[in-house]
Amino acid sequence: MKTPVQFRLNDQPVAVFVDGGDNLLTALRDGVGDVTPKFGCGQGACGACTVIVEGEPRLACITLAEACEGARVETLAGLRRGPDLHPLQSAFMEHFAAQCGFCTPGMIMAAKALLDRNPRPSREEVVEAIAGNICRCTGYEPIIEAILAAAASARRY
Amino acid sequence: MLEFRKDYFADERRDDLDVIGKGVQRQDMLGHVTGTTTFFDDHKMAGMGHLKVLRSPHHHARIRHIDVSQAERSPGVRRVIRGADVPRNLNTLLGLIGFGKDDEPSLATTKVRYRGEPIVAVVADSERLAHEALARVRVDYDPLPAVFDVEEALKPGAPTVNDVYPGNAFEYHDRFDHQRVRFGDVEAGFRSADHVLEQRYQMSPIEQAPTETNGSIAAPETNGRFVVYTPTQGLFFSLDTCAKILDVESNALHFVGGTAGGGFGGKVDSLTEPLAILGAMLTGRPVRYVLGREEEMQFGGPRSGERIVIKDGLMRDGRIVARKVTVWFDSGAYTRLTSYGAVKCAAHVPGPYTIPAVHGDFYCVFTNRTPATAMRGFGVTGVDFALECQMDKLAALAGMDPMEFRILNAYRDGDMKAHRREAKNTALVECVQVAAEKARWPIREEFRRASSRTGGGGERARIPPTPKDTSPPKRTAGGSTYTPSVAPPPASSWDRPAASPPATPFQERFAMPPPPPAPMPRPASSQPPAPPPPEPADRREPPPPAAPGPGTTRFSSVFGTRRR
Ligand code: FES
Ligand code: FES
Repeated sequence: MKTPVQFRLNDQPVAVFVDGGDNLLTALRDGVGDVTPKFGCGQGACGACTVIVEGEPRLACITLAEACEGARVETLAGLRRGPDLHPLQSAFMEHFAAQCGFCTPGMIMAAKALLDRNPRPSREEVVEAIAGNICRCTGYEPIIEAILAAAASARRY
Repeated sequence: MLEFRKDYFADERRDDLDVIGKGVQRQDMLGHVTGTTTFFDDHKMAGMGHLKVLRSPHHHARIRHIDVSQAERSPGVRRVIRGADVPRNLNTLLGLIGFGKDDEPSLATTKVRYRGEPIVAVVADSERLAHEALARVRVDYDPLPAVFDVEEALKPGAPTVNDVYPGNAFEYHDRFDHQRVRFGDVEAGFRSADHVLEQRYQMSPIEQAPTETNGSIAAPETNGRFVVYTPTQGLFFSLDTCAKILDVESNALHFVGGTAGGGFGGKVDSLTEPLAILGAMLTGRPVRYVLGREEEMQFGGPRSGERIVIKDGLMRDGRIVARKVTVWFDSGAYTRLTSYGAVKCAAHVPGPYTIPAVHGDFYCVFTNRTPATAMRGFGVTGVDFALECQMDKLAALAGMDPMEFRILNAYRDGDMKAHRREAKNTALVECVQVAAEKARWPIREEFRRASSRTGGGGERARIPPTPKDTSPPKRTAGGSTYTPSVAPPPASSWDRPAASPPATPFQERFAMPPPPPAPMPRPASSQPPAPPPPEPADRREPPPPAAPGPGTTRFSSVFGTRRR
């Protein structure tokens, strides 16, 4: 039995049929076709699947799809406005905050959730915000620098 | 002087190297930050089947019977795949270059040799349906005794892990159970040395843990070929491996890769591609086979665990006069790439030091663990950990500053290496100088002025007389009469009590404690390796930040030029 779920994805209404017990990651990647959240572990350990649900960072792999009925969901796919990059995206580029890029979608969404509610975070708050996101390539330092730089940039989005 | 080969690529490379020191943007960065980089699993295809694998719950067991009849009737199942369905169900990765014997099946048929070994694959309409079908496969096992320790595995009477190598050791050149380095007379060196230090070191297996797990998607193409989306680190290596296992021409396969969510050596082994393609061949559909994180850890090979024994002869003035190294690489149940790691290790010992007598034995051993493979400098980084720990202990024994001790023993241009090659373009002296400078670790003037370009050659370029081995390399052909050719080394020991080293400027500066006391001899019967004796707690304390001398942080010791 498939269940319909409707929610707003990056400000667009979407509808998807899910199996009972399907998680939001599967609903997004296989149902809607937004493949920006990544599968790294499927058990809430790596953060590669991080999306924003109702303003809060969420691990899509352990979020029940049906629980997102009617919710506002944001993914990396919705961050860019036309040709313009979000300040976080520019800062990640400028600070070499990605190597393989697999953690990047989750990392940027975790950072966005932080900046949305705390536009001037301290370094400790940045570290805390990405504590659930594993990056095996960069060693984190460039990522922390990038998030702080994005916060410091006067550009608001 | 830097010199550029212009004979092949005449004008493609500029001589001015003006990108060094500047940031150059990655060509894939925009894709990464916008989420448009396409990883293998981002390819979605209609009618895609999902492949999942039943894995051995035993470390070592004979398979009596496999019953897939219920699994075949399970909902959503398109195909159950067994070992008999794999055209060439035995492979070794480096077989493509004629190195080693085929030893690892894609799907086990008669025996499982490590926990997590694949036995049966199912292609179903979803991952969940595939898992449900796998739960209906019945396998009868006869558990067998297992061996998990490299030295135990080489003892007579140890369980045979992999019948292809009955002695539990990889066979080099189809004959020899280990690799050797022989240079000069180490025993004479130990006899003439003021101190002899022997220590054991143990490296754990290390999982590469790329953020993206291994996986691949294979699909029939319109021209009868199969397209494969893969994060493999060796595209043509994987393609040829699959062509061999599936017994097809390599032009039947079209591999699309180049984008990996991390690899670190863990995506070299073609872990998923052969079965994904076989699934696509047998079902006519696109087939996706992605490892879960647990499978990645259990089935994907880590860096091998390595046991390393180093024995050094040391003179009071700090020169190392003899070094004997034995390394056992834990290859796990199959070869994958550890055989090659052991060769790299043999080529690396005794480390970047000029030592007039070197003796090395390097084993690639089979145990009932997850097969080990490539991982970031495998074969070298592990033994370097041991060698550099040993260097610190030797420096303490000689009463020398560890940085100066390394400069003293570093090889220089023109020296003869243990492999009978002249050392060229050496740079350890300069590396240590830069490290000392960056760490604001004071070293004495004579060591600051040392250079890799001077002091080498001459007597140091000589190949010393090397005694013939009393035990020739074990010939393994036949295998059944195998006995290990070296006895396990004795416990850590100091052949003679260390004389209290004379106070040196280094000790005055940092109040380094005297060398550790001789450890208690280990009873011969205790089998598990004793960890190296703990270092005195304050040994590793960083030195107090010294006031930087004029220019210490602004000039490179290497080129004498001002850095930004
Ligand atoms: S995939 Fe969700 S936390 Fe790892
Ligand atoms: S860039 Fe590779 S995991 Fe972060």
